[in-house]
Amino acid sequence: MILALEYHRSPGRFVAARGLTSTRVGSRLSGMVAGNVAPLRLVNRQAPELPGEGWTRVTPILTGICGSDLSLLTGHSSPYLSPMTSMPFVPGHEIVGRTMDELPGIPKGSRVVIDPVLSCAVRGMEPCRWCASGQQSRCDHITAGRISAGIQTGTCGDTGGGWSRQLVAHASQLHVVPEDLPDERAVLAEPLACAIHSVRRVPIGPNSTAVVVGAGTVGLLTLLALRELTQVGAIYVIAKHGHQKDKAKALGATAVIEPRKAVRALRRVTTARMHTPEMGADFLLGGVDTVFECTGGASGLDTSLRLARAGGTVVMSGMPSGGVDLTPLWFRELELVGAYCSGSDGADFADALRLAGSAPLDGYVGTTYPLARWREALNHAADSGRLGTVKVAFDLAR
Amino acid sequence: MSRPGFVLDVDERTPPLIMHQGEGFRLERLPLGSKVIYPPDSLPGIRDVDAAIRHALLHPHGTEPLPELLTPGMRLTIVFDDLSLPLPPMQTPDVRQRIIEQVLEMAAAKGVDDVELIAANALHRRMTPAELRRTVGDRVFHAFFPEHLKNHDAEDRDNLLHMGKTRHGEDVEINRRAAESDLIVYVNITLTAMSGGAKSVSVGLASYRSLKHHHNVHTLRHSNSFNDPPNSAMHHSYERMKGLIDEHVKVFTIETTLNNDTFPSSMGFLNKREWEWNVRDQASYLAVKRANELMPKKTRRRIWQSTAAPYGVTGVHAGLQSEVHPLTLNNVHRQQLTEVNGQSDIAIWGLPYICPYNVNSVMNPILVMSLGLGYFFNLYKNKPIVRQGGVAIFYHPVPNEFHPVHHPSYIDFFEEILTESTDPVLLETKYEEQFATDPWYIQLYRNSYAYHGVHPFYMWYWGAHAMQHLGDVIFVGGNRKTTQRMGFRAASTLGDALEMAKDTVGSSPSIAYHHAPPLALADVR
Repeated sequence: MILALEYHRSPGRFVAARGLTSTRVGSRLSGMVAGNVAPLRLVNRQAPELPGEGWTRVTPILTGICGSDLSLLTGHSSPYLSPMTSMPFVPGHEIVGRTMDELPGIPKGSRVVIDPVLSCAVRGMEPCRWCASGQQSRCDHITAGRISAGIQTGTCGDTGGGWSRQLVAHASQLHVVPEDLPDERAVLAEPLACAIHSVRRVPIGPNSTAVVVGAGTVGLLTLLALRELTQVGAIYVIAKHGHQKDKAKALGATAVIEPRKAVRALRRVTTARMHTPEMGADFLLGGVDTVFECTGGASGLDTSLRLARAGGTVVMSGMPSGGVDLTPLWFRELELVGAYCSGSDGADFADALRLAGSAPLDGYVGTTYPLARWREALNHAADSGRLGTVKVAFDLAR
Repeated sequence: MSRPGFVLDVDERTPPLIMHQGEGFRLERLPLGSKVIYPPDSLPGIRDVDAAIRHALLHPHGTEPLPELLTPGMRLTIVFDDLSLPLPPMQTPDVRQRIIEQVLEMAAAKGVDDVELIAANALHRRMTPAELRRTVGDRVFHAFFPEHLKNHDAEDRDNLLHMGKTRHGEDVEINRRAAESDLIVYVNITLTAMSGGAKSVSVGLASYRSLKHHHNVHTLRHSNSFNDPPNSAMHHSYERMKGLIDEHVKVFTIETTLNNDTFPSSMGFLNKREWEWNVRDQASYLAVKRANELMPKKTRRRIWQSTAAPYGVTGVHAGLQSEVHPLTLNNVHRQQLTEVNGQSDIAIWGLPYICPYNVNSVMNPILVMSLGLGYFFNLYKNKPIVRQGGVAIFYHPVPNEFHPVHHPSYIDFFEEILTESTDPVLLETKYEEQFATDPWYIQLYRNSYAYHGVHPFYMWYWGAHAMQHLGDVIFVGGNRKTTQRMGFRAASTLGDALEMAKDTVGSSPSIAYHHAPPLALADVR
């Protein structure tokens, strides 16, 4: 038996959480709702079984709480994803842990990070066209094969997840962590690999302009990836909180802008023209070349569409929630690009581990909680921006 | 006979004194021994203004009577001061209307058909049709608007003429229609000593290319003060530009001056010295103050902005600008000049609800700064009222409010530029050009009703001399965030402000209260 946080089917709680956090006041109570209303419970359950050859048990050391986890717990994740999960499941996909079984090239006891995508190789299936081309995040077989449905570790009933004492992972998911990389940095490898993937999803021209909407974990790591891996010129970051501003500056942001000032400020630096519609937010004629939406919120996407120049690109890095007015997409002939997890046949993860070691990421994992204090952990994570934290994680050794 | 301006020494018998504070006012008791600078009593206005105008046009200084300058087939351009003058706006009929009507009658009598009227708004916002109509009157408006009654457009490249450079290398570029006219008739209202004269055409009809030569930090820091033209580098530049303009086009100037009847009879107590208030004035004060405080903000602003002053016209002089303007300045001095003995450690000003750039608009923080550290601080001759390193205390709430249509570049200036620095030189060097050439600001200036993109910089430079001179600036009742953004401090009461000023001027400072409006120009000896 292992201790685990288990997400179970409960339409009533899902709807209640969604309803409670849909109002302005309720959204400020997201942490409380995630911990008390969401269908999440701390249980002792059977450890997941090894599905077959090439798998190992993994003992998590640290597991991060991702924005998409909070989105699920507050009822804001899209029902679109429901057929691609199998309940009950243990959330948690930003994992650094130790292997408990021998694997070819990965001795027992290795410290690893996990690429959570449950693709063809994991499922023991012939590679689909995407897995064959090294783009596992697009796998068409995520509901098939030897394990039950689940887009990634943390949504599959058979693999377990990071918010527990033990899970199982396939060798193809594992990346060995360099010895000198601390756990607090290694746990950022998964979100950093996603950020790298999102930057690689679109061509970024030399000296082009980019905006990163949001300066939480995804936003800051996207900024890092942009600065380190592209020849982009100016990068403007829209950040809500003071500590995010300092961190964005340290990662190479050209300027950090408060959300309410974003349109005006970007109008000026891009010498665009700003217009105010009869309803809705201001928008630019002119604007920036590429916008990375890193909040997962409808308002973040709405802002992104209003900031991009005609023919520009909006990359959706955050898991989307809520609808937006797509008129700018049509009128300005924008490219709207999705970016899910990592890709490049593992290269994104390799680069992520390298950057996690060299970038100024000290203090990003600000606070860790034992599983038993899960409600506090979720409360903190939901309010992390205001509390000056980038990433809240569970410490599974405690 | 009006009484001259004087300086009151505050003693035990001195009543609390009126202190303007944005869209409101209060009575404030000043520390014993404070000096209070009052302007002369309001001068009597000319009884028959139309006759005075006619006389001025027919008996000009230094040139032929206007009718003799008018010939059939000529190009005549009548240029008039825009809505930034006078403050508050005058009750109708505006004196500009009276002058323009007589000029047009004379032009018609002489068979002049090619007549254009241009508001000399430089980089100010365009006047709306209603504002133009209020200024020139119904008859002129209906006859000329919109084809032949226009705002000057400083960004209409096709309608600007670069006349050359002064001996100091200053570009002179003004409105082409005016520059290529056979005669410019300039209709002016000189409210303060800085206005009128060489400034009228060289500034009112100019472009950024021309204005930047005198609207800059260096010039303003060497204009001590800009209400004392002989000691104003800014006016020296105007004079050089005027010299070049005079080589190209003949200018017939009509300058007018106004008395100090600044507030209508319902607020007549604001025009009077406090110890002379009768029972009715005291009752009016209480009633107006209470009503003002109870009114919703929007209503209060609308009422203040619709206030029109019952000014009397104290002088109408026409002819050659160089001969007319000294007479005009003499009239301004007769109405506003008050001799003051020595500088003080602390000067106090109550800032009213209006400045040249928020007529029918919002007085944003930058405009508050320019009104206080620019216009009011510079209401002196010889020496500033406050000594070098002294403290200025202003009364104003400094709300964080902007008019989104009139002041778009001000918002960006306040939100983005001032967060980086308040140093006028740094801002000028790093950002002025960017704001001045921003195509969006230019579009809004030309097609909407926005001040030019560079205008907030000019307002900031307007206070550059004061910022360099003063040791501290404190706003009583000021919004802490907005004052802090501008590099100043806020205090809740005068007592707190004086306590804060101790760090700079010690515990027994000399204090001068510059009682305005109505305006007083301090001649500090």
